[in-house]
Amino acid sequence: MTLFPPGTFTPRPGAGSPLRMLAVQSATELRLAMRNGEQVLLTLLIPIVLLVGLSTLDLVPLPEPRIAAVLPGVLALAVMSSAFTGQAIALGFDRRYGVVRRLAATALPRWLLVAGRLVAVLGVVAIQVVLLCGLAVALGWRPAASGLGWALLLLVLGTASFGSLGILLGGSVRAEITLAVANLVWFVLLLAGGIIVPLGLLPGPLAAVGAALPSGALAEGLRATLSAGHAPSATQVLVLLLWTAAASLLAVRTVKLR
Amino acid sequence: MKTPPPPVAVRGLVKRYGRTTAVDGLDLDLAAGSVLALLGPNGAGKTTTVEVCEGFLRADAGEVRVLGVDPATAPDSLRARIGVMPQGGGAYPAVHATEMLRLVAACSAHPLDVEWLTCVLGLQGCARTPYKRLSGGQQQRLALACAVVGRPELVFLDEPTAGMDPQGRRVVWDLVEALRRDGVAVLLTTHLMEEAEALADEVVIVDHGRVVAQGSPAALTANTEQQELRFRARSGMDVDDLVAALPAGYGAAEPIAGRYVVRGRIDPTVLSIITSWCARQGALADDVQVARRSLEDVFLELTGRELRS
Repeated sequence: MTLFPPGTFTPRPGAGSPLRMLAVQSATELRLAMRNGEQVLLTLLIPIVLLVGLSTLDLVPLPEPRIAAVLPGVLALAVMSSAFTGQAIALGFDRRYGVVRRLAATALPRWLLVAGRLVAVLGVVAIQVVLLCGLAVALGWRPAASGLGWALLLLVLGTASFGSLGILLGGSVRAEITLAVANLVWFVLLLAGGIIVPLGLLPGPLAAVGAALPSGALAEGLRATLSAGHAPSATQVLVLLLWTAAASLLAVRTVKLR
Repeated sequence: MKTPPPPVAVRGLVKRYGRTTAVDGLDLDLAAGSVLALLGPNGAGKTTTVEVCEGFLRADAGEVRVLGVDPATAPDSLRARIGVMPQGGGAYPAVHATEMLRLVAACSAHPLDVEWLTCVLGLQGCARTPYKRLSGGQQQRLALACAVVGRPELVFLDEPTAGMDPQGRRVVWDLVEALRRDGVAVLLTTHLMEEAEALADEVVIVDHGRVVAQGSPAALTANTEQQELRFRARSGMDVDDLVAALPAGYGAAEPIAGRYVVRGRIDPTVLSIITSWCARQGALADDVQVARRSLEDVFLELTGRELRS
């Protein structure tokens, strides 16, 4: 008796529909991100703890309402955690486990390989934003309605810039180096990149550097739109766009399949 | 009607890594619907050759056509038509077997049924185990499933049974047989002689990036200069007399009392010379065996016996 009846493997090749490939790949990656304990800690638990802790405990002096002062930085942190740190580490280990090559060996085109990852990251960011904003509303946050559209744009641009930096890092060096660098950058930018401590409270030179970093541009932009309800500065948008362009251009040249 | 281009045609392939030449002027032809085994020791250039054919590596010289397409310039159009099992597999560390297979299946227009393939390859028991915790054999079977799920015309299997237990190896062999039966061309690499002998229509033995021998397993092993015939008979018979009776170039000996060996091409004429020699001495040749060379003998003769790093 044969396991494989005649005709089982009669060739019938052809590429799947790009939309279906994108949907299945990004859904798979989204599930994997939600299944990974360390990733959930990084992308959800730490931002939630910071949001609740900083807004309810009087640890650092903050303008009232405290929740409105805390939320923009926590949202920027959430984007950085999932799009940059989580993404870089995942890509580093996916390469180690041969998955990028495995997928490249199918009919999945190269652009979908990247698009699938970015859509999955956008999905994680959407979950983070919904959870964190919901929690903030429960804690008494009342956003300026006029800034919400701008904030959404900034979140997308921030995801794009951190996401391309994450792909650049995770796609170019060894998984262990990615792990170390991605965590170090996360920690430095958290404290000195304008995320938790507003740029205005940092020493002059550090504030100037912070404003040119995606972390500073995103966090300060969110502070302007969500608290004050006005548009982000052109500089902030430009900084995010420039980092996205520079990192993607470099990534196209350096990213390796394994 | 124009005949379709052969699945694989390689001429004078050269691939260097720095100062090391991994593949050194290799030719390869895989006919439609047949199985070709690339056999060689570690570091012989097998994987490099396969990866050039898959479009993952660019050749330094030579001409490569896979299904009539140059894989270096048009990998995307090619990959919708081929199935690839890379050495060491490849999957997300935390992915479940069915999830991974479903993702690869989604890249094809008419994939096989994922549930059925998971079961038939014995992966249903670990369908919810993270990939990194699967055994080597389970990872290999998943990789194999990924290679065939899209119903390709041509399949590349790089060491498909490495790390598998005998049952797993049996399933792979059955699957390769079924692929050939259904008209899929298969190029596999192996360093297992037994595997090449059992599966391949054509065996290409490579070493140091060159082809050292090729042909069907039967043709390779039937290089009859090296045959030998063993038999038992009364001890102490005069073998010099036998050597004199045999054509030039043959050898005969009695290494153990009562056991005789004749080396050389064994054909009916030689067999009758031996039996009449026995008859002249009043003896009956018993337990007569003609030992055919195994592919392993051929392989070791051609590639040497020293260990490769």
